[in-house]
Amino acid sequence: MTTPTSAPATGAGAASHPLPPRRRGAGRARRHEGRSGLAMVLPALVLLVLFLVVPVMLAFGLSFTNARLISPNPPRFVGLDNFVRAFTADPVFLRSTVNTFVFALVVVPVQAGLGLLLAVLVNQKIRGVTAFRVIYFIPVVTSIVVVSILWKFMYQENGLVNSFIDTLTFGAWQGTAWLNDPSTALGAIIVLSIWQAVGFHMLIWLSGLQTIPEELYEAARMDGATPWQQFTNVTWPGLRSTMVFVLVTITIAALGLFVQVDVMTQGGPVNSTSTLVYHAVRKGYREMETGYGATISLIFFVLVLVIALVQRFLTRDKD
Amino acid sequence: MTTASLDTTGTTPDPGGARPGRRAGGGDHQGERHLRRRRRAWSYLAMSALAVVFLFPLVFMFVSSLKPDAQILGDVDSVRAFLPVGDISLDNYYGVFDRVPVRRFLLNSVLVTVLTVGLGLVVNSMAGFALARMRWKGRTLVLSLVIATLIVPFETIAVPMVYWVSKLPTIVLEGGIPKYDFGWLNTYEVQIVPFIANAFSIFLFTQYFSTIPTSLDEAARIDGAGWFTIYRRIVAPLAGPAFATVAILTFLPAWNQYLWPLMVVQQEELRPVMVGMQYFFQLNTAWGEVMAYTSLITLPVLVVFLSFQRAFVSSVAASGVKG
Repeated sequence: MTTPTSAPATGAGAASHPLPPRRRGAGRARRHEGRSGLAMVLPALVLLVLFLVVPVMLAFGLSFTNARLISPNPPRFVGLDNFVRAFTADPVFLRSTVNTFVFALVVVPVQAGLGLLLAVLVNQKIRGVTAFRVIYFIPVVTSIVVVSILWKFMYQENGLVNSFIDTLTFGAWQGTAWLNDPSTALGAIIVLSIWQAVGFHMLIWLSGLQTIPEELYEAARMDGATPWQQFTNVTWPGLRSTMVFVLVTITIAALGLFVQVDVMTQGGPVNSTSTLVYHAVRKGYREMETGYGATISLIFFVLVLVIALVQRFLTRDKD
Repeated sequence: MTTASLDTTGTTPDPGGARPGRRAGGGDHQGERHLRRRRRAWSYLAMSALAVVFLFPLVFMFVSSLKPDAQILGDVDSVRAFLPVGDISLDNYYGVFDRVPVRRFLLNSVLVTVLTVGLGLVVNSMAGFALARMRWKGRTLVLSLVIATLIVPFETIAVPMVYWVSKLPTIVLEGGIPKYDFGWLNTYEVQIVPFIANAFSIFLFTQYFSTIPTSLDEAARIDGAGWFTIYRRIVAPLAGPAFATVAILTFLPAWNQYLWPLMVVQQEELRPVMVGMQYFFQLNTAWGEVMAYTSLITLPVLVVFLSFQRAFVSSVAASGVKG
């Protein structure tokens, strides 16, 4: 089982074993192979270094400076000033961090759970189930920009959501303008985010479900296991590595929340929907404080790194 | 490798259905069949209800794009919001084309997407080939570097990257004369070049290439073929599924790109559709036209998705869980 983030061990192994042993005395061919190998990997390598490795190092370097996006003065080293500023003098940063965590804490379990529920539902061998899988996946291929605009319309005071609520409660409960109210705005963004991405995780769960051998279910049924017992004793244990992958990808995606906020609320009202990435872009790009923006990005990166390490720990080989 | 095959039911006989052999069964079997039929009915009911939940915003979008503003707002209270009834026309679409250079935005997005995906396929598959099938000094080092970079989310490097590309050297034409300059902001290359090399694509290619027997390479080398020829004539043609997977997985993010072009492209004629959308959305609240615009940029993706639905789904599944 290989997941992108747990790749190091398995990836290197899988890639290195198929090389066949070669006879000695093929020195010239060897040297030639060395040069062509490097030549073929070079374009990708140069691009990765230029647009991944360098920016990562810049994120480190710039976060200790007062660099500005457009400035006649060269960046000056300011030590830990940016970090101190973030944690002691920037209430919006703290609010953004809290919002980011709240968002992740709700989205991760709910989205993973609903995804599994959908997967179990569409894993049945009944006619037409393919069409339902496709339908649940449609929001995933729809741009999140488009989705955000649509839901912004639906969340208005006189929008679709409130007219639904009105119909369902026979007018007993009045909705609000969801995105304009600091107490509901983040919740509104959570709902649409779950709606948009749950189909993706349904698919990952589904491919996990399909790795579980049918014989195990047959054996369980022979022993008189109820559907629920089959789920807890056969399905759930068989999904362990899928579960770790799903939880980690959702967590990392949730921590990176940006587009919905940028399109729908611009972090408002009163910073109730501002997030780490949104704040980093606001400071580092819109207000041109590259150094400080890099600091916030770096803090975000450390969070992601910690989660990836936890995943490595959870998926380690027990034997 | 496991993929979620979507068509399990289209081709295999329905195990829940009545089978001739079972029909003659006793009372127990009949009870069981009854139970199964009831459970299936509930499944269909649940799946259909969920289908409504997943589809209604998009149906609403397409339907509203055909209606004048006043009617969109008036229909919100009833089921008419989801039905193309009343004053139906394409006026909103004409309105969009009049108001913003949508044609140009679409062209920019197509150009950026095609080049990013196309160049990515070549560059990443070549790297995957060298990593999976050739022996050279530094191979393991490069492989570890590629795998290590998988963990870096784009959001981390977005801000320093804007700073970085604003300092990169470039050549600009000034009155027909090429001139050396700095700064990649407001160009096409800034939207394409940083996304060509992709660690995950390289990783997928490396994995796939190492499953193709190396004896093929040996035979070709004996016949005097060079490494590039082996890559191009032998290995690449055998790796269709890997190319399809990478193409699909890189197509969507390239088309849907938002954060990056938002920061690096201010010039209107270079904007891709998503950023063009955001500007359009901010300058006008004519919802009918907004819906027409969003329909216009969603439709191509939906058509691609529905026509390659099976490949799409197995690519996504393959990217997540592999065994």
